[in-house]
Amino acid sequence: MKVRPGAIDCDIHPAVPSTPALLPYLPDYWRDQLVNRHIDRSPFVLTSYPPNSPLSCRPDWRPASGLPGSDIDALRRQALDAFGTRYAICNVLHGAVALFNDDMAAALCSAVNDWTAKELLDRDARLRASILVPFASPEHAVKEIERLAHDRRFVQVLMLVMGDALLGNRRFWPIYKAAEKHQLAVCIHAGSTFRTSATYSGWPSYHVEDYVANSTAFENVLVSLVAEGVFQQFPTLKVVCAESGITWLPTLLWRINKEWRGTRAEVPWIDRPPADIIRDQVRFTLQPLDAPKDDPDKFLRTLEHIGSDRVFLFSTDYPHWHFDGDDVLPDGLTEETLQKLLNDNALETYPRLRDAGMIAAGKTHTSNEKI
Amino acid sequence: MNAPVLEKSLQQRLAIVDCDIHPDQKSPATLAAYMPERWREHAKTFGLRSRQGLVGQLTHPRMMANGRRADSFPPDGSPAGSDLGFMRKQHLDPNGVEVGMLVALGRNGMEEQNQDFATVLARAVNDWQIEEWVKPEPRLRAGIIVTQENPQEAVAEIERCAPNSSFRQVIISPRTTEPLGRRRYWPIFEAAERAGLPIGLHPAGASGGFPSTGSGWPTYYLQEHYSFETGMQGVLASLVFEGVFERFPKLRVCFIESGFTWVPAVCWRMDKHWERMRKEVPHLTRPPSEYVREHFWFATQPIEEPEHPHHLADMIGWIGWDRLVFSTDYPHWDFDDPRYTFKINLTERQRAMIFRENAKALYGLQ
Amino acid sequence: MARHVVAAVGDIKPGEKKLVTVKGREIGVFNVNGEFFALANRCPHAGGPMCEGYIVPLVAPGKPGEYKLTRNNEFIRCPWHGWEFEIRTGQSWCDPKDLKIRQFKVAVEPGQELVKGPYVAETFQVTVEADYVVIDL
Repeated sequence: MKVRPGAIDCDIHPAVPSTPALLPYLPDYWRDQLVNRHIDRSPFVLTSYPPNSPLSCRPDWRPASGLPGSDIDALRRQALDAFGTRYAICNVLHGAVALFNDDMAAALCSAVNDWTAKELLDRDARLRASILVPFASPEHAVKEIERLAHDRRFVQVLMLVMGDALLGNRRFWPIYKAAEKHQLAVCIHAGSTFRTSATYSGWPSYHVEDYVANSTAFENVLVSLVAEGVFQQFPTLKVVCAESGITWLPTLLWRINKEWRGTRAEVPWIDRPPADIIRDQVRFTLQPLDAPKDDPDKFLRTLEHIGSDRVFLFSTDYPHWHFDGDDVLPDGLTEETLQKLLNDNALETYPRLRDAGMIAAGKTHTSNEKI
Repeated sequence: MNAPVLEKSLQQRLAIVDCDIHPDQKSPATLAAYMPERWREHAKTFGLRSRQGLVGQLTHPRMMANGRRADSFPPDGSPAGSDLGFMRKQHLDPNGVEVGMLVALGRNGMEEQNQDFATVLARAVNDWQIEEWVKPEPRLRAGIIVTQENPQEAVAEIERCAPNSSFRQVIISPRTTEPLGRRRYWPIFEAAERAGLPIGLHPAGASGGFPSTGSGWPTYYLQEHYSFETGMQGVLASLVFEGVFERFPKLRVCFIESGFTWVPAVCWRMDKHWERMRKEVPHLTRPPSEYVREHFWFATQPIEEPEHPHHLADMIGWIGWDRLVFSTDYPHWDFDDPRYTFKINLTERQRAMIFRENAKALYGLQ
Repeated sequence: MARHVVAAVGDIKPGEKKLVTVKGREIGVFNVNGEFFALANRCPHAGGPMCEGYIVPLVAPGKPGEYKLTRNNEFIRCPWHGWEFEIRTGQSWCDPKDLKIRQFKVAVEPGQELVKGPYVAETFQVTVEADYVVIDL
């Protein structure tokens, strides 16, 4: 089904066209390092999204040349104009986060964010963005959040669902503290830095297998966030699971409640059923819609199993290929549910979208003198 | 919310096939009689080595009685599940177990790092199952424990044990060192298919060396127990995407102790993404969900408990009423009692299928 | 309804329990800080023998990483899945509205009152000197 104009698209993927494009945003030392070590000749593409794979880019959205999502004019036509989108949140999945050198990763993330502000947010008033952070180093991540929080066009903090530790782990809590303080959502996005294998039996052979495994990573990350008490410690934090799928959610809700009843004494800070906590504080973007296209009833039944229509956020996941033409919505949703999916849930999840008049308080920094 | 437990008259005759019973060894000396002297010495001196940080102890401690039902310890203080008489009295007789499928976890070689010792342990535990469980108790059937990381020896053990029709499946831990669909394990599938035995996948305590999740190790047992479900999804995807069922069209697989309501969503997910990524896996001639529909069975324990119980019927309908086989996991703590497990009304036919007929067909039971 | 004498008060000390059978029903009698309560020996979750579970304190909800024991001996964990129930009310701690162990009316009666009126005491010689736990069923 087509989407009507005015929706809020909570997951699109513009791409930095090349590493040299970031050089103007880097401090001297890092610019020098990237050039002299030939690092700038590599595009920092995540293993999770091989650029020519079908999932990475819908054929009619593929630019004439360059990385998927790197042609910003095309993005505005194809992702925004074509769907009549009111706002779209840019999740720039730059591979700097996979580096082991935290200082380098941090410098590059800052450059990506400054590039985002100038090349995306300044150019189209419909665009909003995530703050890309080197989430393997919470200290660096918090610095970056504090640096950019004043620019309210950044609405969330971006992390990948698979890194070197489960995201509920206490070492990540400074990130959540900073996000909650600044009314930024935390966006956990599909993808991995491959510090470990995607499955508990080792490394899958195929991309499609790794991609499918994302949903189990989301399950375990949500269980981790609940078990470690993140939602007690940060009661107003909103977590967005992006490109996660949603049809696995009923099993998660049922199973985590049952786990809690038997293990409560181990995690006594969980003071109410985990399924309720998740329905209150976690959201899921729509694409990919992992349900049979030819049997819309299955998705509708799944929504009943989930027991809430407040948990999902419209998305196209542009330019990833999950649907054809403009057939972005599932069939059979009521008007009431559509209103929530397309607008209300996003406005509730992202308080910064509700700002009247989106004017950044001055331009963001274009270089980071401290590093 | 949870429906009240349905009161069942104790006079109601149960007759079930229990697809997951765990016999335990009374002591480290139990298997001694089944192994050569050189290995008895080795067992005493060096013990078992698995890929975890503690000897004979789990690094995610369990919540209840070290993972058992607190009431399942025989009166003489032996380990839970180690006394056949007590198992009869507490479980086989009152719960109407017509056939019980043994899954002999513990000191069995599945997790043993010393490859020769692992082979000896597997042989010993298979002989022990027959001598001390199946021979005295005709209701029980054994599962061939194999050293899955040593496929050559695993095949030899299948060939040694399969002629004894008391063995009804080949048991593998899904926590392997490579995803289970990969070719190094194919000789095991070939041997099982040739012997006409399904593969029973039941998690062992320690991993093959990888964290329990794709994002790292869990902190709490709540999370570790949860991950038994997600781990199985990865195994399912691997078996399907590697084309195991193209190569072994008669192979049957049973997932034990992972619940089942996760199955429809992962099938939909695999189908959806396979559609666009088909060229990566051209050896698949059909959508992934069709392989699942034809080759997989799912033991029911630990059964998921939807907030609205009738949602369970949706899931079973989507998986197929012929695909579930009832299991209790006796004597572990997350035991499902056959009288109270299903909080939905089942027709007589559905009850017969889940509690008996599906398992009889899967395992070729009389 | 009949009055069944199931124990002498001294038989069950605070923090202890005793499994009795009344009219074919298995019932656990609990002493919670001097008060007596009677619960069916069946977990409402999945039928486990509740009275073989452990009497426990409540691990109180607090901040992550904080562990505090309170309300000593007021809870019982089902011996199967370990779900926690408040002995006084029979209610599941995690699911108080929908999950509850069946309770029975229990009272402490002095022997000298009991010897006056009708009661059932299959295993007890009721004496006027002692106090007894009595279940109505």
